[in-house]
Amino acid sequence: MPVTYDLASRFAQTSGLLYFVALFAGTTLYALWPRNQGRFDAAARLPLDEE
Amino acid sequence: MILGGPEAPGVFDADQGSTPALRAHRVVPQPRVERTDSAMPATPAPKYMTEGEAGLCAAFGLGALLCLVASAKAADPAFGLHAGLFALAAIAAIVAILRRYAARDPEPIPQEIGGKPNYNLGPIKFAAIAAMGWGIAGFLVGCIIAFQLWAPSLNLGLEYTTFGRLRPLHTSAVIFAFGGNVLIATSLYVVQRTCRARLAGDLAPWFVVLGYNLFIVIAGTGYLMGVTQSKEYAEPEWYADLWLTVVWVVYLLVFLATIAKRREPHIFVANWFYLAFIVTIAMLHVVNNLSIPVTVFGSKSYPIFSGVQDALVQWWYGHNAVGFFLTAGFLAIMYYFIPKRAERPIYSYRLSIIHFWALIFMYIWAGPHHLHYTALPDWAQTLGMTFSIMLWMPSWGGMINGLMTLSGAWDKLRTDPILRLMVVSLAFYGMATFEGPMMSIKAVNALSHYTDWTIGHVHSGALGWVAYVSFGALYCLVPWLWNRREVYSLRLVEWHFWVSTLGIVLYITSMWVAGIMQGLMWRAYNSFGFLEYSFVETVEAMQPYYLVRALGGVLFLIGALIMAYNLAMTILGREAGERSPATGAALVPAE
Repeated sequence: MPVTYDLASRFAQTSGLLYFVALFAGTTLYALWPRNQGRFDAAARLPLDEE
Repeated sequence: MILGGPEAPGVFDADQGSTPALRAHRVVPQPRVERTDSAMPATPAPKYMTEGEAGLCAAFGLGALLCLVASAKAADPAFGLHAGLFALAAIAAIVAILRRYAARDPEPIPQEIGGKPNYNLGPIKFAAIAAMGWGIAGFLVGCIIAFQLWAPSLNLGLEYTTFGRLRPLHTSAVIFAFGGNVLIATSLYVVQRTCRARLAGDLAPWFVVLGYNLFIVIAGTGYLMGVTQSKEYAEPEWYADLWLTVVWVVYLLVFLATIAKRREPHIFVANWFYLAFIVTIAMLHVVNNLSIPVTVFGSKSYPIFSGVQDALVQWWYGHNAVGFFLTAGFLAIMYYFIPKRAERPIYSYRLSIIHFWALIFMYIWAGPHHLHYTALPDWAQTLGMTFSIMLWMPSWGGMINGLMTLSGAWDKLRTDPILRLMVVSLAFYGMATFEGPMMSIKAVNALSHYTDWTIGHVHSGALGWVAYVSFGALYCLVPWLWNRREVYSLRLVEWHFWVSTLGIVLYITSMWVAGIMQGLMWRAYNSFGFLEYSFVETVEAMQPYYLVRALGGVLFLIGALIMAYNLAMTILGREAGERSPATGAALVPAE
């Protein structure tokens, strides 16, 4: 199958879309995952808790 | 000698974590003096050069030799001068390393003293002072070229002081010299404090700080002599670029190695932002500066890309220099210094994680908006525009996160001008990151591009956001570094704040009016379909606004001079003995 502009751009657009959606979903899940809450609350205070 | 280490008098000696009394013992190898309170004499330890000291001396010796040869064979005077400058710097570095060796203890500098990290502050102090000095130089050159636009004869008819040479001097001095030193100083400070570990490397941090400033000197003197590769914000020629690459890789290694030996398990969000800044700038710098010199003994080189490819690479670089140098690094400052100064935790650490990943993955695509209506393919222009608009969200997410960190501490805005500087910087950040996406829309860009609106936009970001958050960070950092309770005078910070804010307002508003007027005049047609105005008429119409802009710049410069005086007095340990600036009575928060 010859690689046409149409094919290449479709591939780029689709994979780009999936890549960014997956990345955003992954980041959001990690940030909002309930088990991480305690760790993040402690991290928010990190500059204040210095020795 | 600044590099002199423990025996150097004055301000750069605190990285050894010792007292003057202990230092006196170290000029010649002496019975070992313990750094703890009970100074117990012990057997003298034999003293050897570390691999780093010996290796660096050898490398600098070889480098000095090569530079001297290059200087002698130079094809153009500027290259000869720069090669000579490199050789001098290499010899000075060898002398400094040897002097430091002669004065130091046989054992390596302890990583911890009394169970607490022995933070390395010497290189940070140098970078903080360099930032102040370069900032004033950069603002001053900015004022000069602003007045040149108002009255072109102010270029004095000399090639060295023409607008074309002073303009890159101004932009590089403020972005790379001032901003860069602020970023290096704060990053090396924050990474130590939030990792609870001493900076990795012995000589490496000094190499980064001094090497970076040598790059600035080479770049700046090059511009004055007409050495440039004519790429905006990437003007330095190939040999300066190579040197910066070496320095930057060492910077990355120092930063990574410090994170690797951290005692705090979590990597704080500011370190992520700093890391993104360092890694991305390395990538951008290398790719955009791929070029082939005409001769290895001359300054001129040609980029390997040409035409629209060169333009795209240049603006991929150019916009990400904004995104990662002027944004990511300064957001790291926001995430550390605002909680610290407000004494409040980060409003939402979860938001900061989403902020980080969204920002860095979107910024990298926004560059093509600099090339609207050019030979760049239409889809690439649209891509740049779309990502620029999407960037609005992570930008404002970060701004809101910074602002809301003040929840429960808003009253401090009234009493603490340093916190106010940082909060106003976030307001300007919000404004500039709204204006930017708007200007990237092709229809708006058709009006704004090539006009002074762009200059106004850049300065609302550069003066309002980058410089203000830097000022705030320096006002915090200098007392911490020199172990002072507070800056010399908060009253002077008030003056700095108001004088420079007035300057920014004059600057931005005049450039808005000038730029939009300019854009409208360029596109005005008369009833016959001819252009209404000649180009020179549009230039003439700008003159009053150029004067207002220059005056705004002068106010900003005055503010920076007030800061330099204030910080110098802080370093010298003076106390103004003042009460509250506003009323003369001591204000307490929420009074």
